[in-house]
Amino acid sequence: MSISVAMEVNGRKITAKVESTTLLVEFLRRDLRLTGTHVGCDTSQCGACVVHVDGQAVKSCTMLAVQANGTAVTTIEGLASGTQLHAVQEAFRNCHGLQCGYCTPGMIMTAVDLLKNNPNPTEHEIREGLAGNICRCTGYQNIVKAVASAAKALQA
Amino acid sequence: MYPFNYVRPTSVAEAVAALDGGNFLSGGMTLLPSLKMRLARPETLVDLAGIAELTGIKVESGSISIGAMTRHSEVARSADVQRELPALAELAGGIGDPLVRNRGTIGGSIANSDPSADYPAAVVGLGATIVTDRREISADKFFTGLFATALQPGELVTRIRFPIVRRAAYAKFPSPASRYAMVGVMVVDTGKGVRVAVTGAGPCVFRLATFEAALDKQFAPQAIDGLAVSADGLNQDLHGTPEYRANLISVMTRRAVTAVQARG
Repeated sequence: MSISVAMEVNGRKITAKVESTTLLVEFLRRDLRLTGTHVGCDTSQCGACVVHVDGQAVKSCTMLAVQANGTAVTTIEGLASGTQLHAVQEAFRNCHGLQCGYCTPGMIMTAVDLLKNNPNPTEHEIREGLAGNICRCTGYQNIVKAVASAAKALQA
Repeated sequence: MYPFNYVRPTSVAEAVAALDGGNFLSGGMTLLPSLKMRLARPETLVDLAGIAELTGIKVESGSISIGAMTRHSEVARSADVQRELPALAELAGGIGDPLVRNRGTIGGSIANSDPSADYPAAVVGLGATIVTDRREISADKFFTGLFATALQPGELVTRIRFPIVRRAAYAKFPSPASRYAMVGVMVVDTGKGVRVAVTGAGPCVFRLATFEAALDKQFAPQAIDGLAVSADGLNQDLHGTPEYRANLISVMTRRAVTAVQARG
């Protein structure tokens, strides 16, 4: 079944036809060529595919594209303003909060939502907030540091 | 995924009429992975996300009514729930991970009756009422077995009404990997007696009458000392044996009782 959808992706109005079975992450990567959003596990566990739907961080591998009809979607590509990186992106770079980088887009999208709801999190709250994102390289230490550093930068 | 028709009605009546042997889609946190693994093959998915009647948290006289499509993160952050039933807000804030909580819904969780889900412990422990498109069902009659409920085919949960109780707390031992409850215990001091509801341990949520009687006599963690929990019929999986879970029921109950006492 083919369905017409209209949504705003990174501030751009999109209309498209999608199959009912198309996942949001497939629509973003394959149809819109926004390949910054990654597919890690494809079983709702790893968080590499996290995007914002109406401002809330969700796993785009566990959402149908048609469910995003009428919403505003933000992906990692939509976070920076021009050449100015988002404070969380900048903090991941400064703190070396990544190694291979595969989990990074999802980590950053989750961290942005976390800091929106809790602007001054404790280390424990950062770790709990990132519980749905898996990193197989870093051991999380520098990711947690990056989120703490971004929190300070955002409050400054 | 096998192909399906997708509809997004705007009223409960339209949703029920559109079902036609298909599946209701609420948060999709269980249904979508099942579809991806081809474990389900519905002709139609009826997305409940466009139905205003299924949303919202309302404080009523002596109870809180939560719409079936309310996301876990909304319950966790609701000032009304935090004030009137803090144990429920805490339970909702501990489900899965933040990304799951932004999508998963209370109605979907209880209609699915997953043996390891958290919400059934709150629904049974607090003695909630499940409101559907056609009737009201008491929590004690709602969960009937493994992924089984008293819902008839095509019956839709619309709201869950929780009585405001004197004090309550939920303690769970999550699987470190999935964060599902290996055992979760909701202990509720209703003001007219104690209710103890256990999730994660058996085929579905259940109450523990021996613990309730002991805690009625003396509301303290040591009240259940020496009371054996039978491992018969408890879940066996790669995370733990029935005996391990039986022990966890006592441990989590003591923790929950201590947390209830801390509420004063």
